[in-house]
Amino acid sequence: MYVAVKGGERAIENAHRLLAHERRGDRDVPEVSLSQIAEQLSLGVDRVMTEGSLYDRELAALAIKQARGDMIEAIFLVRAFRATLPRFGATEPVNTGEMQVRRRISSTFKDIPGGQILGPTFDYTHRLLDPQLAEGFVPEQPVTSEAAQAAMPRVTDILGRDGLIERSPAADADAVVGDLTREPLSFPADRDLRLQNLARADEGFLLALGYSSQRGYGRNHPFAGEIRFGEVEVEFFAEDAGFAVPLGSIALTECQMVNQFRGSATEAPCFTRGYGLAFGQSERKTMSMALVDRSLRARELGEEANAPAQDEEFVMSHSDNVQATGFVEHLKLPHYVDFQSELGLLRKLRKEFAEANEAPDMQEAAE
Amino acid sequence: MTSTVRNKEAQRKAAMTVLAHSGAAEIAERLAEVAVPAHENLREPENGLVMVRGRIGGDGAPFNLGEATVSRAAVRLASGEVGFGYTLGRDRRKAQMIALCDAMVQSADFSGAVEAKVIAPLRAAMIAERNRKAAETAATRVDFYTMVRGEG
Repeated sequence: MYVAVKGGERAIENAHRLLAHERRGDRDVPEVSLSQIAEQLSLGVDRVMTEGSLYDRELAALAIKQARGDMIEAIFLVRAFRATLPRFGATEPVNTGEMQVRRRISSTFKDIPGGQILGPTFDYTHRLLDPQLAEGFVPEQPVTSEAAQAAMPRVTDILGRDGLIERSPAADADAVVGDLTREPLSFPADRDLRLQNLARADEGFLLALGYSSQRGYGRNHPFAGEIRFGEVEVEFFAEDAGFAVPLGSIALTECQMVNQFRGSATEAPCFTRGYGLAFGQSERKTMSMALVDRSLRARELGEEANAPAQDEEFVMSHSDNVQATGFVEHLKLPHYVDFQSELGLLRKLRKEFAEANEAPDMQEAAE
Repeated sequence: MTSTVRNKEAQRKAAMTVLAHSGAAEIAERLAEVAVPAHENLREPENGLVMVRGRIGGDGAPFNLGEATVSRAAVRLASGEVGFGYTLGRDRRKAQMIALCDAMVQSADFSGAVEAKVIAPLRAAMIAERNRKAAETAATRVDFYTMVRGEG
């Protein structure tokens, strides 16, 4: 046994050295820098920050480089890094209504106060590969025009004034904000915990679930009431200073889904809503998150709940790609002893099977 | 709280906002132009995390979105003023410089100089950067009224 362990150690060491060599690739090709990743692969950085659940562009860029572009591996690295630092506390809730908007669109109203602002988007591109980008392409400077000073209320605030949409659940000063990094998940989970889970959930998983709800597995008739992306200020109540100190700003994307009505004998019908929020420019993620948030409210809204996207335990238990990859990939680790016992059992069963099938023949032969 | 205390707090927060938005190199460059008073670290600059909170629906009950790296420090001037430095990111030196500026903002002897030579130029740069982004963004605003069809 001892000898086998030593042999494994050397093989592992050499494998990691080979990995570092392969990661570097052809050494005649210049090495990619963290600022190149942060600046030019910024949406990948945003995804790693969102699902790694840590806002730090430089660390996310490092994780992508170390993981050779494997996003889930990079997310795993960022999650592990979080455990190395103490937590000073929680910020004041950010105010997305005061976002310095870089993009803001609504598919429900053409003429929204503040306007439809496309910002940097892939929408309306032709999705044709651009050979110009292969090398040395210098884009034109962006066009500028006079910025309106008008307020940019959320579309849900506008609908809310006429009571056409349900109100967001009010803050309860005495309630503790659920934190799944501190307590293990238990069901049923409140909406704050569900949103925390969805915010760090795998984008592909949420995309598929959101899509399934659109295709009829728990249909809830969504409209993209508003999607906005931009910078919001973050404040933190510092005990030592005695007031909420500004920390700077972070980029966020917010999606407000507006969904089919609810109403009752005592309550006038109104639109319902689903909510998505993520670090960086993460539009697909926040749209999917808002769809699934709304789906998971099925019981609360008295809807039939029999589709996967409406099953809170199913969604929340399988949404985390770090947990999921850990369990799937652990199958690669040595299971020699487990497998030996399975093998022993199988041999015994096969022997019994063979004996049972041989027995009648022998009987016949004897007759 | 008296109004002078509130005003002082508002002034400190305004300065902290500008500093948190500025790069460490820019702050250092500006600070080099000020006669910095004797001071000591009350809290050694350190890295940590804060849990960033959002609100359900944007305006409802809070929920935990995800963490962010932060740095913090505290500095005491020889004259007794204590300043605090907090900023997103892992740059401890930046947190220490913010704390130093915050202490100076509270000092009758130094608030004028730090405001004029550090905060004001950094604020101008921050606003210029914001305006540049706002102007670029404004150019992508859809103007449906330009789509009126021609007569006849």
